[in-house]
Parts: sequence; structure tokens; C-alpha cells
Amino acid sequence: MSDRPKQTFKKIHASGRMKEIMEAHFRELDEAARTKKQKVAWCTSVGPAELLKGMGFQVFFPENHGAMLGATRMATDLIPLANAIGYSPDICSYLTSDIGSYLKGESPISRAYPGIDGPPRPDVLVFNTNQCRDVQDWFNFYGREFNVPVIGIQTHRGVGEITRAHVDSISAQLKAMVPKLEEIAGTKLDMDAFKRVVGLSRQCTDLWKEVLEIASHKPSPLTFFDGTIQMGPAVILRGEERAVDYYRLLLAELKQRVEAGVAAVDGEKFRIYWEGMPIWGKLRDLSTQFADLQACVLASTYCSSWVFPALDPDAPFDSMARAYLELFIVRDEDYKEAYFARQISRYGIDGMIFHDAKTCPNNSNNRYGMVERISEGHDLPTLVLHGDLNDLRCYSEEQARTNIEAYIEQLAEKKGL
Amino acid sequence: MTVGGRYGGIDIGASASKAVIIDGARKIVAAEVRRTSVSFETSAREVMDAALAAAGLRLEEVGRLVATGYGRHNVDFAHATRTEIACHARAAHFYHPRRITVVDIGGQDNKIIHVNAQGRRESFKMNRKCAAGTGAFLEEVAQRMDVPLERIDGLARRAEHTVQMGSYCTVFTKTEILAHMRAGEKVPEIVAGLVESVVKRILEMDPLAREVVLTGGVVAHIPILAEMLAARVRHPVHVVPDAQFAGAFGAALMAAEME
Repeated sequence: MSDRPKQTFKKIHASGRMKEIMEAHFRELDEAARTKKQKVAWCTSVGPAELLKGMGFQVFFPENHGAMLGATRMATDLIPLANAIGYSPDICSYLTSDIGSYLKGESPISRAYPGIDGPPRPDVLVFNTNQCRDVQDWFNFYGREFNVPVIGIQTHRGVGEITRAHVDSISAQLKAMVPKLEEIAGTKLDMDAFKRVVGLSRQCTDLWKEVLEIASHKPSPLTFFDGTIQMGPAVILRGEERAVDYYRLLLAELKQRVEAGVAAVDGEKFRIYWEGMPIWGKLRDLSTQFADLQACVLASTYCSSWVFPALDPDAPFDSMARAYLELFIVRDEDYKEAYFARQISRYGIDGMIFHDAKTCPNNSNNRYGMVERISEGHDLPTLVLHGDLNDLRCYSEEQARTNIEAYIEQLAEKKGL
Repeated sequence: MTVGGRYGGIDIGASASKAVIIDGARKIVAAEVRRTSVSFETSAREVMDAALAAAGLRLEEVGRLVATGYGRHNVDFAHATRTEIACHARAAHFYHPRRITVVDIGGQDNKIIHVNAQGRRESFKMNRKCAAGTGAFLEEVAQRMDVPLERIDGLARRAEHTVQMGSYCTVFTKTEILAHMRAGEKVPEIVAGLVESVVKRILEMDPLAREVVLTGGVVAHIPILAEMLAARVRHPVHVVPDAQFAGAFGAALMAAEME
């Protein structure tokens, strides 16, 4: 164990630019809400952001706020406030921590960006239940609080092959939103502007995919933990020039790393796939532990969830419908298993960790026999970590550390190391 | 490994600290256990000193020493650390060198480890964060009934039937016991129900589709648990000798193999 190299933290230099564009985004949102010069829409992470941006809305993503609450560990103190008003500790802890944040009037946005009080007041809340049913209940809470409309798309779930009927039903729901959004925006939908946003979103997603796939190099220049930070623009700035520019910058830096043989984890011995939500409040601890064990967690379903190859500016409604139906999270178990098999092969994976997030059943893919099918059917050692995205009361530090250490021992035995 | 050598294993568990010293023939020459205190470092020193005294050795005479258990990183005199999963698997395969499922019922967690014929781990599982169905569960609930741990096995053996426990949770189980007592159930039947509930938790974790080898302190103190488990699975169920010391013994075996 003593022959392990001392790990050095490798800064991604492009991140400085990311911080600038993220700050600019939050300041624009704040200004829009304060001055009323631009309407503000709250949107779920894989909601119809392209349509909203194409119609001139400033778009705020509460799930991103949830992740910030988790990463700053503010969530654990705020969740009980939502529990106390009837939002169960068993439901989405993004929801409970975000509502707790609202109730207490504390937000990581105001800590990160002085002068901003917190999330911008919405004019409309727009959801897509593709993530889960909780997003609708989450948005309905704010709909009641702010007395603003809540509109959304009801997704299909457990989808195998995507049929024309599936696409038509989502496309029709997207189109049906337009009159209400036009009424709130006070302008008519400009199809050219909408198509332009869809085109930019497609460029962003293509570049983000390229960023993620660079981890297939051995050694990988990028970890999953880097990815959870670097994905910010792909989630909240998609459909905008600055996100496209950012990923060009990031990609160039990562390509340089590959050329120079720079490994994200020195002496990389094990290549791990992370399935499920990040444990936001433990990213640093986990990243350090894996690196110390010379294990690079380098690919994930989560970071790949903002890859939308179907987006096509020439068919914006249909292609958005298809893109949001092709999502891993709404697919059936056969699709998911085949997806994992492709990822395992693409990234040269030695082992796969399933995070069973207590409050996120939709993103916990260990609950229907998948772990056994992957470990036995694909001869891949697996590990289930019990925890949560935001509620650290559901996470046992020592059990997790021992599980990870034992798992790497097991992989080492398998590799004869 | 030298025939005359001495090798040590130390297991700082959540409830108990164990130290084992073996000789070059892998025979246990000393095995000691102490309750784990709030200081892992102190617990490690005390239990190791006791084992060294029992073996008539000084620490320097122990060629290699491996630490395991929750406190493994706090044993400053160990040469290496291994997880308890590795150590229990090693000990179980030493006694039963074939394809087995190792079930370790410990103080605060249960582990199920699949080991192949060569002794290599294929997979493992631990219970969730909740400690229901572990040693801590039995200890707490027995305390509620004023039953010392060492009497659990004897009481369970006297039971004429087994009371069914319906709850996952240690706290709820305590309440459930009150209801059973009010309904006229006697202590042996309730105790048997508690032991069986541990067996049920194990069976929920894994189908146990190969020969089973039990390790850990709980089965060492409550051997009837192995019999109850054997009655519910199709494959033979074994208990390793000195089951409470299995982790420390596995660590000592690994220490010997490092040379």
C-alpha cells in the first residue's frame, strides 16, 4: 500500500472561464427578476429549456440549485424544515433541501455571488416529469407560493423502442405549451430564434459528449468528479453561445492532457463507472479516497444525461421530443443494461459502482436486479453504495469507506495486482 | 513465511477488538479480545499487549502484523491494513478451501462474501446503514429484556415455538416485544424470535446458493443461529473455529503470506 504515488490535485484551467459565465448567468437572472425587463421561467433539468430560451425567457434550474445545496452541505440543515411542513424525508432531497432553503431564506447563490439574494422570482414554472414525479410537486409548491402558472410535460416511462406515437405525444405537449408561454412572455414564438437555440443546444451537447468520451483514454485525463462540476454549462447554459465556447476551451485543454499523457489519477490502476446520482456533499472525500487507491472513477450515466444527439434545429419540436425520450432515465431495464454494456466497453471499465440514493428511486438503478445482471452477465465486479444525493443522514461514512476499500481490494485480486 | 516465525492479526471492530498471533504453521498461539473503547489506538495497544503476554512474546518478535476492522487505520504498529471483508474471506477459505459464501455477522454490520475455489473474492455485500439484524440489534433488544448476551443461546434453545418479529427496526422491535409480552409470550420464545429475525435479515441479503461459512462474534456467542440458518438453506452451513477471531486470524494469515 505504501508504494502508491502521492496524488496531486490537477486543476482544470478552463474552470476559471466556467465560473465567469456561471456568475454572469446568475446575475442576468437576478437582474431580470428585479427589473422585470425579462420574464423568468423555472425549468426542470431536462425540461424544455430550448423552447423557453427561444421565447426570450431567462431560465433558472432548481435542480442545479439543489445540487449547490448538496455540494455546500447546506442541504442537511435545510431538509428538516421542508419535512416539518409535510414534505417527507423519503421524497427527493433536492426538493426538500430547496424548499427548506426557500423557507429559511438561505441560498448558496447569495453566498457565491454577493449582492444576489437567492433564486429569482419566477413568472412561470415549467417541468418535464422525465426526471420523476417529484419535480411536478416541487414546482406546484412554488406555483402556490408565488401564484404563478405551473405547466409541464408528462413523460412516458419504461420506454423500450421509441415509437412515432411516443414522439408525437411529447411533441404535441410541447406545442400545446406555446400559447400559454406566449401569453406570459407577451410575444409570439419566433421560430427562427427557437431553431437557433436548438442548434446551439445541439452543438453544446455534441461538445459535452466529446468531453466525456475523452475519459476513454488510458489513463483518463478526467474523472467523474470533475464531470459533475464541468457539466454546469451543459445543464443551465445549453442553447447559448457561451456554453459552446466554453466546451471548445475545455476540450482543447483535455486534448492537451491526453497528448501529454497527464492522468487525472496518478498511476491509474482501476477504471470505475459510477451509476446513479452524485453524493454531492461527499464529492471531495470520495474523489480523494478513490485517487489514493489509484482508482479513477471516470464515467457515469449521470454526466451523460445531458447528451441529446437527437436535437435538430430543422425539426425543433419533434427533435426535442425525441431527445427527451431517448433519455436513459425514462427507458426500460433492457435498454439500460445494453447501455451499460456499451459504456463498459467504451471506457474499458474494471468495475461499476451503483449509488442507491435513498430519496431518488428513479436514479437508483440497483433496485430491479440490475446489479446481479451486470456482475453475472457481464463478468464485471459491482458494488452498491447506500447514500443519498443531498441528505447525508442517509450516508454512513465508515461503511462507505470500508466498502470502497474492500471493493478495490477485490478488483486488485481479480487483476492479480 | 518461516516455520519459526510469528505473525499477528488485529481486528478493531465496532464492538470488540481482537488480536491473534499465529506461528509459521498457521496455528493460533494466542487470541485475545477486549471491548473496543472510544480510543481505537488504546484498544489496539491493550488487546495486542494481552495477546503478546499470552504468547510470551515482544512486539518486535512478531514478524508481520496486519490490522483490520473499522479501526484498522488507527493501529500505528501494524505493517499493513486490509479490510475486514478480505480478512473474513481469507479465514473462512483457510478452513473451507473451496467455493463458499462467507457470512460474517458482526457488531454493527453483516457481510456476505462470495469466494471462489481459489479463495479469490468474487463479490460482497454489506447491510445498509441500518444495523437491524446485527450484533448491535441483539445486544440492544436483549438489554431491553434484561437478558445478558451470554444467555441468549440457552434461552433460545428452550423455546417451544418462535415468536415472529415483524419489524426491520431495532427501536420498533423493542416496542413489538412489549406487545408480545402483554400477549403472554415467554422470554425463551421471544428470544428465539429475535435470533430468527437475524437469520431472516441474512436471507434477505443473498440467496446463499452455495456452501455457507459463518464467521464473527454473534455466531460465536449464539451457535443456535447457525442451526436456524442451516434449517432454511439447501447447502451445508459451517462455523469457523474461534468465529469471533476470524477477522484477526484472517489478518494474521495475510501477514504470514506477505513474507
